[in-house]
Amino acid sequence: MRQSIAIIPVAALSAAACTKIPQTPGATASIPSSPTIATVLVENAPYSPVFFHPAEYAFLIAVVARLIPADDTGPGAIEAGVPEFIDRQMEGPFGHATTWYMQGPFVESRPEFGYQGKLPPRDVYRVAIAALELHCKTNFLGKTFAQLALAEQDKLLKALESSALQLDGISGSTFFSFLLQNTKEGYLSDPIHGGNKNAGSWKMIGFPGARADFIDWVGRPGERYPLPPVTINGPQG
Amino acid sequence: MATIKKPSVDAVLVGFGWTGAIMGMELTAAGLKVLALERGESRDTNPDFSFPRNTDELSFGIRGKLFQNLARETVTARHSMLDIAVPYRQLGSFLPGDGVGGAGVHWNGQTWRPLPDDLRIRSRTIERYGKKFIPENMQLQDWGVSYDELEPHFEQFEKICGISGKAGNLRGQIQSSGNPFEGPRANEFPLPPMTTLNSAILFEKAARELGYHPFAQASANASRPYTNPYGAQLGPCNFCGFCERYGCYNYSKASPQTTLLPTLLHRPNFELRTRSQVTRVNLSADGTRATGVTYIDAQGNEVEQPADLVILCAYQLHNVRLLLVSNIGKKYDAQTGSGAVGRNYAYQMLAGATLFFNQDQPMNPFVGAGASGSVIDDFDGDNFDHGPLGFVGGASISCINTGGRPIQQMPLPNGTPNWGAGWKKAMKDNYLYTANVGGQGSVMSYRDNYLDLDPTYKDVNGVPLLRMTFDWKPNEIAMTQFIGGKMQSIANAMGSREVKMSVKKPGDHYDLRTYQSTHNTGGAPMGLDRNTSAVNRYLQSWDVPNVFVMGASAFPQNFGYNPTGMVTALAYWSAKNIRERYLKAPGALA
Repeated sequence: MRQSIAIIPVAALSAAACTKIPQTPGATASIPSSPTIATVLVENAPYSPVFFHPAEYAFLIAVVARLIPADDTGPGAIEAGVPEFIDRQMEGPFGHATTWYMQGPFVESRPEFGYQGKLPPRDVYRVAIAALELHCKTNFLGKTFAQLALAEQDKLLKALESSALQLDGISGSTFFSFLLQNTKEGYLSDPIHGGNKNAGSWKMIGFPGARADFIDWVGRPGERYPLPPVTINGPQG
Repeated sequence: MATIKKPSVDAVLVGFGWTGAIMGMELTAAGLKVLALERGESRDTNPDFSFPRNTDELSFGIRGKLFQNLARETVTARHSMLDIAVPYRQLGSFLPGDGVGGAGVHWNGQTWRPLPDDLRIRSRTIERYGKKFIPENMQLQDWGVSYDELEPHFEQFEKICGISGKAGNLRGQIQSSGNPFEGPRANEFPLPPMTTLNSAILFEKAARELGYHPFAQASANASRPYTNPYGAQLGPCNFCGFCERYGCYNYSKASPQTTLLPTLLHRPNFELRTRSQVTRVNLSADGTRATGVTYIDAQGNEVEQPADLVILCAYQLHNVRLLLVSNIGKKYDAQTGSGAVGRNYAYQMLAGATLFFNQDQPMNPFVGAGASGSVIDDFDGDNFDHGPLGFVGGASISCINTGGRPIQQMPLPNGTPNWGAGWKKAMKDNYLYTANVGGQGSVMSYRDNYLDLDPTYKDVNGVPLLRMTFDWKPNEIAMTQFIGGKMQSIANAMGSREVKMSVKKPGDHYDLRTYQSTHNTGGAPMGLDRNTSAVNRYLQSWDVPNVFVMGASAFPQNFGYNPTGMVTALAYWSAKNIRERYLKAPGALA
């Protein structure tokens, strides 16, 4: 396994990655700066979760592997780094609901009005994982979710998604919707957020990533775009 | 009591998006000392929208880096007067802007003029179909301003932006390949249309074969290099695919930053204060005159800012809230239908068709621009006979590809599982082969769709939140069902393997969770009758004549187009009347 840490100047990465630095068309507009001369840590070291406890992280790894399993179609959520992505999100504005209106009173309403709970996502994860693990322990001879057979895991997730399985003290379907949303985000977002390692999902679907200049590809029906993806921090793989 | 009092200015602008920038330009040109107060951050192309950081879909497109921070301020919502409203806690259905440039930074640039008859919809409907055609609960209202009066101001904005398009009606002469239904234009667009995208080529062909009249979407994404009347320069759009929800890194999308601010921010009689949240308009003791505004500055201090003229240039929802909390105008009462502030809240009724093509027809959806595409207007406004159909309104139907950003823009065929191996395979099999047809429908105004102050919830400064009471009505459901049928026939003729329709049905309720449109309208409608309008035809408050209210809050109901062309033309029209009439004799203009 590669465990190397490389220090690469950002400017070098960007020069290789970007199709071109945007040109300023006129004097009235300010000039975009060249990429900051700095260094960036490119690491292949295993990720140590910051928010999730080890048992929670084991659950997370097991569950995202069912939501996006590894197969011949393309990378699974684990190799894409989805657990790392979600852990980082829990520590950031999303996990803390920093930009959500979180003043009470908290009133149950119709689903069309969105999540009305008082817990920010990080607490929804924490409380729901504990409740789900308790459910597994009680109903599956002391096993954790990760220890269940894959078919049993899928069955539980479907029950959670459809609200057929009620967790103690928290909405299982709310938790599932956060979990699924964040898993897809981690799979498909730019690798700077810790997921989509090596832009694997973008290669799979054919999204060229951060190229963001297709002036030569407008109005060419039937022609497949030929270039592989680049990311904000450069080419990936 | 305010702890800090600032020296007086001639005019204070509350909010600094498109209308704030336009008013700033026009009023400083008239020699006024103008101050703009913007609640959000200072923002510009560099560094805020620079490449490659603006390709970060998670931060901009999903987490909404440029949008209003709901933790500080939001609205509450309910479906009917009988319900208890709950807060709009997470961004979903609409995405109000924040910061310098406002939503003018992260719009797509689809630029429209309403139809001449849209502005006299009540008169036109009665003339053609009779008064009984209007449903009992519908508060259909004329705008009090005509297309001909606004024509020079539509053009003014189009020239500021370098709008790319093709005229369909030049001084009464119908032009081939333009929109034959549009009102007469004095002049051709500043720039030719954008290059047609793959999916739009198919749409245009299908629509033409069905006997409709497709034309290129008028676009604020420049098709060629352009220098506007102030010397600001735009570069041609490179179809990067990061447009709505993003700032433009390429100086191609017209925004206040790329068109007006390079001039305005250097004028000596103009000042901008960011992170300044206006909490109320202050009135004289008798309530007939505004004395200025109170705002909370970046350090949390309360500041009193005296001004001779107060111009509300914030987002539609916020303009209405400021009027309500400041006791300007008569509050709307939905029980009796009387009063004007909060009246006639409306929105946009959208329908969608997603097309899935076979793998020999890649659509390259990531090659996109906010306003590049093909449209038909055959079923919009009163361009078709509503008599046998029984509803008011219509929709523009378009094939516009704004991008293929994989988290947000990943449509999958019917029957695809939400997760697992099947979901992943469906993404791989379909991502490159999808296209969309959209219907952007009008929404009429109703007695029980309205805005008022929430009795319970408050913002971060303790000011009551605005409460939205809104749900879909049978007229709009009938309209969108009709439009959906037309869309499906076009989509079916585009040669795809599968067409997936998304059209509202009877019994569907307004859903705040999924993005629909940031075209919230009304609440401070304009008009000729002070009993049914909050502002006169010059956007001047009937009750406090040194307060003017810009924005889509002035729409008496919403048409089947994007609002920015109308919002900006109204701002220019209002500014012209302030400059030529109000400043000479301050007082009521109507």
